[in-house]
Amino acid sequence: MTATMRSRSAATVVELMDADPRVSVVLAEISVERFEEALRRHPDRAVNVGIMEQTMIGVAAGMALEGQLPVAHSIAPFLVERSLEQIKLDLGNQELGAILIGTGGSYDYSTEGTTHHSPGDVQVLLSVPGIAVHVPGHSDEADVLLRHAHRTGGLTYLRTSAAENAAPRPIDPGRLLRVRTGRRGTVVAVGPMLDRTLQAVHEIDVTVLYATTVAPLDAAGLAAAAADAAEVISVEPFHEGTLAGPLAAALAGRPRRFLHIGAPRRVLRDYGSVDDLDRAAGLDAGSIRSRISEFLRG
Amino acid sequence: MAIDNPPQSSSRAEIVRLASLATGDEKHEASSYSTLDALTVLYERVLRVRPAEPRWPGRDRFILSKGHGPAAYYAVLAWRGFFPEQWLPTFMHSGTRLGGHPDRLLVPGVEASTGSLGHGLAMGAGIALTLRARGSDSRTVVMTGDAELNEGSNWEAILLAPALRLANLTLVVIDNHTSSLPLAPLDGKLAAFGWAAETVDGRDHQALERGLRRWADDRPVAVVANVEAQ
Repeated sequence: MTATMRSRSAATVVELMDADPRVSVVLAEISVERFEEALRRHPDRAVNVGIMEQTMIGVAAGMALEGQLPVAHSIAPFLVERSLEQIKLDLGNQELGAILIGTGGSYDYSTEGTTHHSPGDVQVLLSVPGIAVHVPGHSDEADVLLRHAHRTGGLTYLRTSAAENAAPRPIDPGRLLRVRTGRRGTVVAVGPMLDRTLQAVHEIDVTVLYATTVAPLDAAGLAAAAADAAEVISVEPFHEGTLAGPLAAALAGRPRRFLHIGAPRRVLRDYGSVDDLDRAAGLDAGSIRSRISEFLRG
Repeated sequence: MAIDNPPQSSSRAEIVRLASLATGDEKHEASSYSTLDALTVLYERVLRVRPAEPRWPGRDRFILSKGHGPAAYYAVLAWRGFFPEQWLPTFMHSGTRLGGHPDRLLVPGVEASTGSLGHGLAMGAGIALTLRARGSDSRTVVMTGDAELNEGSNWEAILLAPALRLANLTLVVIDNHTSSLPLAPLDGKLAAFGWAAETVDGRDHQALERGLRRWADDRPVAVVANVEAQ
């Protein structure tokens, strides 16, 4: 797998550490080589705790209790799902700031099997009050969102992925970006789903909004952009319908039909390339086009 | 270690009186009583704190990792003056700041919110790391129960702290023999992980003080406070 977003994020973290003594790094063996510079230049603020993800988050929380802004990083299922209680209690309930950088979701580790998949990471994190969830679609956007997370200082999950859009967009963290205007409904494409969504709706007259922050969702922006839309579609890189609740809440002003396209809610027991798994999941452009067309035929 | 504004009065009886003002649930009464002596010694003789200035940077940090039975903890904090004793009768009642497990955002003097077992030691390690990086001479003390050590997350942190040479971290295990699984010899296990570990009589204030004041040059200290079985 390529790891551009992941490497870019690590480089940005080192820059932030250089500039801000409040920034610390906690690793659990994963990506130590990418953070080598952080460990070398700031040994007092960067630590590899070994293969113990619960403790990685607990240590990060301890640092945050002392006023640091810790960055914790690992492969998404181990960072998020294995240590969810530490994220919920040590960070969320204590209202502490930290930046969690996940890599590999939903199934970037496409040859490794289900233990390394994490299509449910964002769904479970939405249960943590106050957390911000950013889903960049390009390494430049990962950089922008990471610096934004540093400025806000709150609890943030940055979901990096191998899949990237061809070019970065001029995102404003927290806001939806209108990419296309159409009359037959509104599509919200999340992070790395944008390019394939645009390809899928090439001949379909829909508005396309680009989301790189999904929590909190830009409810006002969505309500304004989709005010007249009778049909609303989301294309999500994680479990389909993860954003169903926030989307419906933002658009509760009138009846609408919703379609949520995303990683299927079943065990994806397949191997191969990420593209192979996208096809198996129905997240290739052709599958997305078929589902949107069928939905709009209604 | 210097004691800042040490209390003048004899402590234990007063703390017992204060604890009795709080009406805990029966399940947690035993664990509250088991921690009372170690908490008394910590806050009377060991920890450097300023109750009028709970976030004073030079303070020692204490985490009641198990969070259970906080009546004694609240009583000790009230006794040191972190909050008025009038708060104690509100324990676990609607509108109180003193819940069944301590919340740092509600209770002055509480460093970390706890209650789910196995969280405190990793947080303590993060605090100790940060204090060391800042050149602070403050120490971090984490208290667990023996049964709490059934949680695997503790053993992650028990493995980590000596590897990081966290000499400014102390673990106090209140061993009231409630673990369903055999832990003995607990001090031996902790020593094998690299801690400067010893067992003391958890009702003997002099022994507790001696153990809790101990610093090892290159490793964290563990004190197993042995109390009677509940």
